[in-house]
Amino acid sequence: MSKIISVTGNHSASWAARTAIPAVIAAYPITPQTTIVEKIAEFVENGELKSEYVRVESEHSAMAACIGASALGLRTFTATSSHGLALMHEMLHWAGRSRLPIVMPVVNRSLGPPWNIWSDHTDTMSQRDTGWIQLYASNNQEVYDTVLMLFRLCEDPKVLLPGMVALDAYILSHTFTSIEVYEHDEITDFLPSYEAGHWKLDPKDPMATGNIAGPEYYYELSYAIHEGFEAARKLIPKVEADFKKHFGRDHGQFINEYHCDDAEVILIALGTMGEEAQLAVDELRNEGVAAGSARLRVFRPFPAEQIQALAKKAKAFVVIDRSLSYGHLGGAATEIRSALYRGGQTIPVQGVIAGLGGRDVRHTDIKKMFKIGFDVADKGEAKPDIFYGLKR
Amino acid sequence: MDLFEIRFHGRGGQGAVTGAKILGDATRLEGKHFQAFAHYGAERRGAPVMAFTRVADEAIRIHSYIYEPEAIVVLDETLLENPTVKAGLKDGIFLVVNTPRLPGEIKLPVKAKIATVDATKIALDEGILVAGIAVVNTIMLGAVVRATNIASIESVKKAIRKGLEGLPDKVIETNVEAAQRAYNELNMGYSL
Repeated sequence: MSKIISVTGNHSASWAARTAIPAVIAAYPITPQTTIVEKIAEFVENGELKSEYVRVESEHSAMAACIGASALGLRTFTATSSHGLALMHEMLHWAGRSRLPIVMPVVNRSLGPPWNIWSDHTDTMSQRDTGWIQLYASNNQEVYDTVLMLFRLCEDPKVLLPGMVALDAYILSHTFTSIEVYEHDEITDFLPSYEAGHWKLDPKDPMATGNIAGPEYYYELSYAIHEGFEAARKLIPKVEADFKKHFGRDHGQFINEYHCDDAEVILIALGTMGEEAQLAVDELRNEGVAAGSARLRVFRPFPAEQIQALAKKAKAFVVIDRSLSYGHLGGAATEIRSALYRGGQTIPVQGVIAGLGGRDVRHTDIKKMFKIGFDVADKGEAKPDIFYGLKR
Repeated sequence: MDLFEIRFHGRGGQGAVTGAKILGDATRLEGKHFQAFAHYGAERRGAPVMAFTRVADEAIRIHSYIYEPEAIVVLDETLLENPTVKAGLKDGIFLVVNTPRLPGEIKLPVKAKIATVDATKIALDEGILVAGIAVVNTIMLGAVVRATNIASIESVKKAIRKGLEGLPDKVIETNVEAAQRAYNELNMGYSL
């Protein structure tokens, strides 16, 4: 029977693994992800989770072990954060290009130096092009639910891609809330066991993978990965609808909209800031101001059409990024402007950088960003990107 | 109910985070939503630490820090002069302190509702010690719910039993009884 438990965001991820029963889990601990894998090790040790738990000496090896396991056609899981994710980088490409449906929660943490263990999205944004599906969660229940949805999505024969769900360090990873969890038997209608239908390594039927493909083949294989993302794009609404049918919850598919239909200014943010933005909208609506918020939940495949449709509703966007591509912009603002240009739309997009390295961003701050957005809507032109709260 | 936010002040190793979580669980048993979290920095045993419980009737969409709590719980009275305890004070705030002193003996620059209990004595009486040091986190929860009415003592007892699951039954029941003692022995400088 399903039950309500009080857990951190990290343990929400551990419980999702417990529910999905990956055949193989290989992971290396890193603050603030450590408690995800500690809890999983405890589940395995107690016999509550029948997974093969592989201890490794680094994140690069963790992902290499996951690639090996997934190539055997087995459901595979890991978790990491920040420098651990950065160390995996080479293997992330290997997993993506091998079309292996590995599922991985990533606790969003800044990169050093200087050492900082708090929330920052630059770690996952830096992995944009590795061929991984990428989602951002805004609460502990969503972390749990998204892991289950990702297994279903990633393991689909038309998709066959690895997927990561990002969760904000401490804000979710170490914050207790109550969530609903299920036993494995209760989810098998939604998430059947994984059968690799494409290719798999089998000692009884030996084959090789990862061979040389010259210029006459490589391009087509890259396009096939792109097609996998397009298949994922089609499947995400279906998976989410099916999840809702089974468990009664959904998290908004690509973009979780809040009072957007009649909004003059829509503020877009990821993760927990995207959820807290709703409070700023509530306050502004009480003051008679037509504000709306949109939490960008799926980052890859990027929901360009949904962004274009959202732009038809508003006079201006404000986009908050908890990440910075030095010398350019925040990760989400870049993508949103690109999507709008492609759609022939010209509403101003005000970029705001905020919350780097765990700097607290409150709904009262977000309200101030909305005020800037209304000014931008009036003038019809965005200001240079704003570094909100920067001390100089 | 609007948000009710509680800030715990303790020292590293005193179990402030566990206390904040068990309190959250007690409110959940009464149908509330909660978050419990710590202020993460460079924690070490003995250093001042803070933990927080945020309670509401509806699902909680705030994820930023707590700046102006409705209640402050001080597990170690030597922290009373610490600037972090004085941060975000407002009139009507509850202050629940582990001290042998009476509420009238504690001064704050705002109109606070002050309650005190000698939780350290209770811990020593009941033998709730870790490495020879009195542990007051669960004991203080009995005081907190009496002082603020944020949950019933029955829910606190259930939440303690759940939160300490895995420890010997005798240890758990001692903690439960100690929380009831703190509830009974609370000195309140105001009436609810």
